[in-house]
Amino acid sequence: MATLEARRLQMRFGDRVVLEDISLTFPDRAFTGIMGPNGAGKTTSFNVLTGRYRPTRGQVLLDGEDITGLPPRIIARKGVSRSFQLLNLFNDFTALDNVSLAVPETRRRGYAMLRRAANDSGATDKAARVLERVGLRGKERVPAKSLSYGDRRALEIGVALAAEPGVLCLDEPTSGLGTEGTARLADLIRSLKGALTLVAIEHDMEFLFSLADTVAAIHWGQVIARGTPDELRENPWVRNSNLGKLR
Amino acid sequence: MSRSQAALLALLAAALATLPFWIARVGLYQYLGIEILVWGLYALSFNLLLGYTGLPSFGHGAYFGVGAYAFGLMQKHVSLNLWLDLGGAILAAALCGALVAAFISHRRGIYYALMTIAFGQIFWFVAVKWHSVTGGEDGLLNLKRMPADLGFASIPLTDNVSLYYFVLVVSCLAAWLLWRIVHSPFGRVIQAIRQNETRAAFIGYNVWLYKWLVFVISAGLSGLAGALFALSQLGAFPDVMSLHSSGFVVMMTLIGGGLVSFWGPLIGAAVFFVARDALGAITSTWPLWYGLMFMAIVLLKPEGIAGMWQSRRARVAPPTVATQPGD
Repeated sequence: MATLEARRLQMRFGDRVVLEDISLTFPDRAFTGIMGPNGAGKTTSFNVLTGRYRPTRGQVLLDGEDITGLPPRIIARKGVSRSFQLLNLFNDFTALDNVSLAVPETRRRGYAMLRRAANDSGATDKAARVLERVGLRGKERVPAKSLSYGDRRALEIGVALAAEPGVLCLDEPTSGLGTEGTARLADLIRSLKGALTLVAIEHDMEFLFSLADTVAAIHWGQVIARGTPDELRENPWVRNSNLGKLR
Repeated sequence: MSRSQAALLALLAAALATLPFWIARVGLYQYLGIEILVWGLYALSFNLLLGYTGLPSFGHGAYFGVGAYAFGLMQKHVSLNLWLDLGGAILAAALCGALVAAFISHRRGIYYALMTIAFGQIFWFVAVKWHSVTGGEDGLLNLKRMPADLGFASIPLTDNVSLYYFVLVVSCLAAWLLWRIVHSPFGRVIQAIRQNETRAAFIGYNVWLYKWLVFVISAGLSGLAGALFALSQLGAFPDVMSLHSSGFVVMMTLIGGGLVSFWGPLIGAAVFFVARDALGAITSTWPLWYGLMFMAIVLLKPEGIAGMWQSRRARVAPPTVATQPGD
């Protein structure tokens, strides 16, 4: 079970109100998409949900438990994992090391100072399976900085996935990916659907509408529409906005 | 460790183990070996912060100095047992480090660096002004070199050769400990934090606590180096806590290649003292020339001497895996 809920979130930075009033439920094991123009507050919502910012008002609930304002590491340990729009990787480490650091067993052993890191084969096996899953098999030993952009995007998701989350939040996962990369990502998401709660901020409407169970549109820091992809297609705002122009 | 690295390490070990037998013949002197080891240990401890965790501590002389003073005060007022005094020095420096780290571990980058300088200056100021305890600008004088009591035998450390071997053994133990730490799961986490603090936090690591722990360990071992300094110099002086002295350890670490190699800081310490003596024999303006060399290295080869060695080897046989400090 992993249902994430935002209740009347407000976030302001000084005079600037970025999130006006956001209430959204991300039901257990469903895929919820978030769309909206630049500056609408999508990434800020993620930052509040995952603990980077404490909201000025409102609550974040994980399975009914109030996790508002907890630090990112605690929220991560409770099973809410995220990927970043601007890649956040351990660039000098290999792809395998990037992923294995995120495996919970590795994290629990993090304070061990006198045992050898190289002996953690259990976590390494898990990490290798995650890499295979995101399509990076055979690139385990390549440093993150030497991977292609598409592979780095995949690794970004791999790191988030390796934490064995109940809720996986993806911030613009297709950003910068070509057709082939987007198709690969769609396959990955299809394989994850039903196994964990998925939330994705996405500009690629075709991608989002073909995969998501529900889509929420955010504008001016508010949820202006919410429904199944079919319902949203009929929504006047979505139809009139540039974002809503479906091919 | 590759074969060529093992060969290099064996060569280094052989050179260090036999140093008292040849150092005088090449025109140098016994005490130089002790100086290199003491500052080498200091630089290795410092590099746990700078090279491995990416934390710029520019006031690290404070913990070296606290170790030196604590060692001196312990032997003057508490006990003449060498082990107890060394332990006291480590503990005192680690405690000071723990206190400072509690105030700065939420910072990063330039803010971190500035706060380490500020705290370093506070310690230096206290050392200069607190006459009744520290001896003020003169420092703690007339310290003793107590014998190393091993239970079954007591080894006098009064001559520089036996002191050299004592310092060598202690440095080796400390270096072994540091080597274990950087190759442990903990060591991997701190390197991850160096590369991306944000990501480390978002996969569940308590970044603050790791940064705090690294600082405490680094300060404690710097304190051990400081105690060995006091033991060999027969005194503890505020000068080692000054900003320029804190700068020396940064220069040693960078010139030697601490950013890419575990042993780099030790190489840097050796280069520093040999440069001081070799250049110093020619001109009294040696710090200028050393400084220019430092600038040249930072501009042209930021990975330092160890980096030059690594890239020379890489041209011979390209490595298939990423290089990290310690590999």
